Amino acid sequence: MEKLRFRFEGGNAAPAATPARIVGVVASGNLEVLIEALPGDAACTIEVDTAALGFGAIWQAVMNDFFARHPLGGVRIAINDAGATPAIVSLRLDQAVEEFTRPRESHHG
Amino acid sequence: MASYYEATARERLAGVLDPDSFVEVLPPTARLVSPHLQALDLPTAFDDGVIIGGATLDGLPVQVAAQEGGFMGGAVGEVQGAKIVGLLARAQARDAAGVVLLLETGGVRLQEANAGLIAVSEIIRAICATRAAGIPVVAAIGGQYGCFGGMGIAAGCCSAIVMSEEGRLGLSGPEVIETARGVDEFDSRDRALVWRTVGGKHRFLMGDCDILVDDRIDAFRVALAHALRAAGGLDLAAVEREHALLAARLDAYGQCRDGEDIWRAMGFDTPQDVPMLATDVLVAARQARQAA
Repeated sequence: MEKLRFRFEGGNAAPAATPARIVGVVASGNLEVLIEALPGDAACTIEVDTAALGFGAIWQAVMNDFFARHPLGGVRIAINDAGATPAIVSLRLDQAVEEFTRPRESHHG
Repeated sequence: MASYYEATARERLAGVLDPDSFVEVLPPTARLVSPHLQALDLPTAFDDGVIIGGATLDGLPVQVAAQEGGFMGGAVGEVQGAKIVGLLARAQARDAAGVVLLLETGGVRLQEANAGLIAVSEIIRAICATRAAGIPVVAAIGGQYGCFGGMGIAAGCCSAIVMSEEGRLGLSGPEVIETARGVDEFDSRDRALVWRTVGGKHRFLMGDCDILVDDRIDAFRVALAHALRAAGGLDLAAVEREHALLAARLDAYGQCRDGEDIWRAMGFDTPQDVPMLATDVLVAARQARQAA
């Protein structure tokens, strides 16, 4: 396993009371993304545990794209990856943000 | 009309339980991951592949666990086992109306060796203890990975089992049998053979499965609510009744070589058509047979 850490500054702060969300499953070629509010830190931190070794530069590019699409602050994102492709990683990150920022009352609509 | 088979464990919980009633215990943010998988340098999951908590189902206060088949085939490790055992103890402490287990598992997580074996045996003991305390434990099986190994035994210890045709229930899985005994004994790639041996329809006709439903999450919800309300207790008389049924079944079908032989002996004139029967037709056929 390889551990990668990313940190992005200057994003828009998420409401502190937003409940954590998890999307995806740790299955072959897939990943899970856990996103939670982290009020004590204005940055967006992303922790990746991946089974695919040596792809740090590609992860960096995928994360740069993600932060450009969703400049969030005060959030902690954690990923357990079982060899997902960059497109799947981007899709799950978008899903996680969509779930995280969706108004609570419409969640079951 | 959401498919139970296609859904993740979290999607199944959202569809089976009353809206907004589920409160998760040890959620992913607790990060209670498997120390064994970490030591082996393998991927972990934040919930270790099982989601547990309290909820209501059709108004009934229940404790519920859902296994995620996508993570290591739903295999039970030490942490996952401890979560399920703790949930069953919680059901007793809170005098729950029942426990619902959404099972999707190949059995013991072999990477965790003895810890996984002990975890499954503890689950079996906890299911029996919960039932002995008067709390029904009902299982649902309808996922891609079926329910096999020691968790097949655990399912058999439950008050009732709800399955879809797509579900499979057994002890050694088809590929395990083929590996151990050869392809002449069991061809695991013969899907029709697999389903007429361990599939939902066969399990229903044999009486292993109590309620057969279509592959829809809402159908599982209705059946689980019914099973919780209808479940009988676990006492000596119930165990003896079960043993008598098993003995009669072995007596009637012990010489059969294939599911079709059993269905013919049950009175199906064209047993080769049984796999194509709609769920309601098959349910009516079993009821007619029981009435006769």
